[in-house]
Amino acid sequence: MTIEAQLHLTRDDFTLDATFCVPSHGITALFGPSGCGKTTLLRAIAGLEKETRGRFVIGDTVWQDETRCLPTHQRELGYVFQEASLFKHLSVRQNLEYGLKRLPAEKQRFDFDQAVTLLDLAALLPRQPARLSGGERQRVAIARALLSSPQLLLMDEPLAALDQQRKREILPFFARLHSELDIPILYVSHAADEVARLADHLVLLNHGRVQASGPIAEMLTRADLPLAHDHDAAAIIEATVSGHDTQFNLTQLTFPGGQLSVPHSGSGNGLPVGQAVRLRVLARDISLTLKQQTGTSILNIVPVTITALNAENTLQSNAQLLVQLDGNGVPLLARITRKSAMALALESGKPVFAQIKAIALLD
Amino acid sequence: MLSETDMLALWTTLKLAGLTTVILLLLGTPLAWWLAHSRFRYKVIVEALVALPLILPPTVLGFYLLIMLGPNGPLGPLMQSLGIHSLAFTFTGLVIGSVFYSLPFVVQPLQNAFTAIGHRPLEVAATLRAQPMDQFFSVVLPLARPGYITAAVLGFAHTVGEFGVVLMIGGNIPGETQVLSIAIYDHVEALEYGQAHVLSGGLLLLSFILLLSVYTLNRRYRLTPT
Repeated sequence: MTIEAQLHLTRDDFTLDATFCVPSHGITALFGPSGCGKTTLLRAIAGLEKETRGRFVIGDTVWQDETRCLPTHQRELGYVFQEASLFKHLSVRQNLEYGLKRLPAEKQRFDFDQAVTLLDLAALLPRQPARLSGGERQRVAIARALLSSPQLLLMDEPLAALDQQRKREILPFFARLHSELDIPILYVSHAADEVARLADHLVLLNHGRVQASGPIAEMLTRADLPLAHDHDAAAIIEATVSGHDTQFNLTQLTFPGGQLSVPHSGSGNGLPVGQAVRLRVLARDISLTLKQQTGTSILNIVPVTITALNAENTLQSNAQLLVQLDGNGVPLLARITRKSAMALALESGKPVFAQIKAIALLD
Repeated sequence: MLSETDMLALWTTLKLAGLTTVILLLLGTPLAWWLAHSRFRYKVIVEALVALPLILPPTVLGFYLLIMLGPNGPLGPLMQSLGIHSLAFTFTGLVIGSVFYSLPFVVQPLQNAFTAIGHRPLEVAATLRAQPMDQFFSVVLPLARPGYITAAVLGFAHTVGEFGVVLMIGGNIPGETQVLSIAIYDHVEALEYGQAHVLSGGLLLLSFILLLSVYTLNRRYRLTPT
């Protein structure tokens, strides 16, 4: 099952010409700089931009093609707007029931209590939207969208209007959406860390066009795309908790490229064995050695193969190189100096060791 | 206390203001909606036309309406084909005149309310499966409630206070087109200051109570047209 989009929209000062095809499961991030048309694309998908031409198909449901265009209210979607969009004349409960009441009974996939539990809203139900915090409002908006049992959930930077504290509050709920519900999500964002944390697939937009799309791990490390050249360029590793070192409070993780250890997250004994976790490794936190080092404080050293060396031509200098690595199928990035690359005679195909100085556990 | 003619004038006034308000709310809603949301280039012309009765001398409006509604007016043939001789000096004519006269007092508060609501709540409602009519009744109407209260009260009160237009197109037929403001004028002309006092005081009190209730109901909503 896939989501296929081929949408075209012309305005005075802007043209959207977006073609992409992504799997219809998991979270797909629509990512790009401000003004690249992310929000317009999302609105076009929802049918909120009336002049949109083209085609949008999810699974075997056609929302728009050359001959017809369903109005928004006939598309089975949920939409979470960037800023709070709750009906201020209705209580939280009435807001949640708004979509639910308009849904034919046979289409209902979630019941009220399920959504309330998932987003922890029980205490808020009798309140008016004006009396909620920004984070609480977005949780209500998400629950309200879910309760209309969408085929596709569209989210327009749902965290953008929130401060760091509120973001941290709400991020776990996204993880739950992802793991507990089988609804594909299109998620607009311009924050790379959010995307690295949440997305499974990435559609990269620039000037109203799709620059590239694909699985997140691949997209973040492709040298022909801007993400790999960002100051905070990073690779994503999907790993599994394989054990705990109770003496030193470390969590042991396994991924196809080898074993890793990270400090226990939070308090207590860390995550349960077998749990899947997502790790983020910054390119600048990986150094390369020809032989496996001993006598180093670096804990995580994995064997990798160099797949390519790319010049990093920034305005300031060309002192650095971006090295693309393969750890048994898992793409990684290392940023090193051109001088070191020369000294180590690094070249494509060469086996080396990646010394990983820091790993961020994203869940 | 009130003579039979005064009672009739009161009844005619209330009937006229009530009917005019209902008609204006029904006609004013789509018009105000269009003014609030249309991107039509010459919309500003329509806005100016709607606002015209705010500054036009009522006698001027009344004069043109008299000509329009009379048997020799441009609408004469149409009215004749409907079996109507003339709408001038009839209650129906008064209602038509009042609708024009009070139009901005109903349309502007509604337009302001619709503009303040914006597109977003409608879009949200659409993403939650509400059809356009459903969107209007479940979202726009409750959110625009202060605008509707203001519009209804201003439209009603302004029609009650109408004089020039009524005089021009309605004349002064007791029980048909004689309204309070004209009855007051008649009393003053006849030096019946006592009756004039009763009616004037009554209207003063009514206007004050109406505005007081608007301000109380819409504490945060400002009255725009004055």
